[in-house]
Amino acid sequence: MKTMLNVALPKGRLGEKVYNMFAAAGFSCPELLEESRKLIFENEATGVRYFWVKPSDVAIYVERGAADIGVAGKDILLEYAPDVYELFDLNLGKCRMAVAAPSNFRDNPEKTLKVATKFSRIASDYYRRKGRDIDIIHLNGSIEIAPILGLSDVIVDIVETGTTLRENNLEVFETIVPISARLIANKSSFKFKSQQIERIVEQMRKSAEDMK
Amino acid sequence: MILNDKSLKSDERAIFALRSLYDKYGYSQYKMSKFEEYDLYVRNKDFLISPSVITFTDTDGRLMALKPDVTLSIIKNCHDIEGAVQKMYYNENVYRPGGSGTFREIMQVGLECIGDIDGYSVLEVVLLAAKSLESISEEWVLDISHLGVVSEIIGRLELSDGDVRKVLKCVSEKNVHGIGEICGDSDAAKALRTLVSTYGEPKKVIETLRTLSVSECCIKELSEIAEEIASRGLSGNVRIDFSVTDDIKYYNGIVFRGFINGVSQSVLSGGRYDNLLARMGKSFGAIGFAVYLDRLEELSSNEEKYDVDTLILYDEGENAGNVSRAVSRIAETGASVSAMRKIPEKFRYKKLLKLSGSEVTQLENNA
Repeated sequence: MKTMLNVALPKGRLGEKVYNMFAAAGFSCPELLEESRKLIFENEATGVRYFWVKPSDVAIYVERGAADIGVAGKDILLEYAPDVYELFDLNLGKCRMAVAAPSNFRDNPEKTLKVATKFSRIASDYYRRKGRDIDIIHLNGSIEIAPILGLSDVIVDIVETGTTLRENNLEVFETIVPISARLIANKSSFKFKSQQIERIVEQMRKSAEDMK
Repeated sequence: MILNDKSLKSDERAIFALRSLYDKYGYSQYKMSKFEEYDLYVRNKDFLISPSVITFTDTDGRLMALKPDVTLSIIKNCHDIEGAVQKMYYNENVYRPGGSGTFREIMQVGLECIGDIDGYSVLEVVLLAAKSLESISEEWVLDISHLGVVSEIIGRLELSDGDVRKVLKCVSEKNVHGIGEICGDSDAAKALRTLVSTYGEPKKVIETLRTLSVSECCIKELSEIAEEIASRGLSGNVRIDFSVTDDIKYYNGIVFRGFINGVSQSVLSGGRYDNLLARMGKSFGAIGFAVYLDRLEELSSNEEKYDVDTLILYDEGENAGNVSRAVSRIAETGASVSAMRKIPEKFRYKKLLKLSGSEVTQLENNA
């Protein structure tokens, strides 16, 4: 029996772009791009099984070995710190993790800084390095309204174009780290499916060269 | 007693295989108490896989811990004899947080070689690590690295302590682009990137190492191991991979990780830890490894899909002797069997038989 390569793709546009790169490396599965509610797609001929998962869950699937490889944002990798190989920076889905606040915000170092975020670990690591005392308020969405309602002083969130921030009268004060999509692999799978995985990395490198 | 191999779970089978392997090579079993003074762990917190330890106060007021690790306890009791080593293995339960963050009891088997360590001791422990994996599964890989090589090349970069930590993390992730971001494009950075992207067949990797002008002593240590591996026909399984890193506060020299196909995390981890001994005020060396048997649970076989091989149904009022004889007949063939008057809900069996009087008829066969 041929061993299948299990690939976790992040649902959405990024996932589709990434699939095209995998297909170019010889792991095509045309059925995947058809309109349907199916989540798992298999192509025995090319020996690959794709599944669509929530982008923030890709790292978990890969770390636990349900997927051999996957594509996850650097934000997720920093937040959950999964024990995986980070093989390639796809330079797709580029954005940055940033501290944003209302434009009239003044950081008063005498006070504990209230930080609203979905990324508690990234935020606390960042402020620990700066030696700043903070109070993390973990939210799951609509982070932007936290400072407007006085729930927090600042927010730590992903900023792509900054439009959402501007529309809510917020602006970026500091950039914590640039973010982009990364190809990750399960450490054990990498040992036993190294040829297939290396072929994909090689193809990604080539596609990146072509785009330059 | 006849031991039925089928009734052993994969971790239990591994324990038997590993113990007999280590016995054969002159390692003696080290038995110890489940408790240890908490103080031992406080001083070496980073050596533990997780800093969380279950503690309690003993009747005499001392703060005790349920062992999260065995190596520290073994070292504590070791003495130095020049030219000699103490060879020990253990098979103990340790207590530390599992995947979901709550504490778990984990069965761990490990081996330590402590004392005047030389090339032979290192080679023997590496080969025993390989044989340990071989005894668990046919599809295994042992990745070997040399921390001397990694720290030498990172040393050339002249980074701050914080950046060294970040770079080591990148090395362990095979994160070549991350190394580029931190270290730039200097020759030393290029050497580190080459080091991280070179892995696989030991002899080939050593050839690349020579181009990076790494100290001869590290290359020699790796080559000796590589040659022995090749002569034993293990080059396909034992590889050099510098992404195996460990805390350099404790480890030095050869370090390794073992993987088994079908288990998502490494199942074996070990290396040379002279630095830990030095921190504990000992002047000798040590090398050892641990096998994480709890991770072998992922290797479950198909047999576990059934509660029992054969289920015998009988009617109320059936002669007990008849049922017992029918059960014994099947049990003697080596299959598992159960007799009941009704099929319990969600009960899974391969074969379903019906007993009436002394006659047995087959109703279903799902095998």
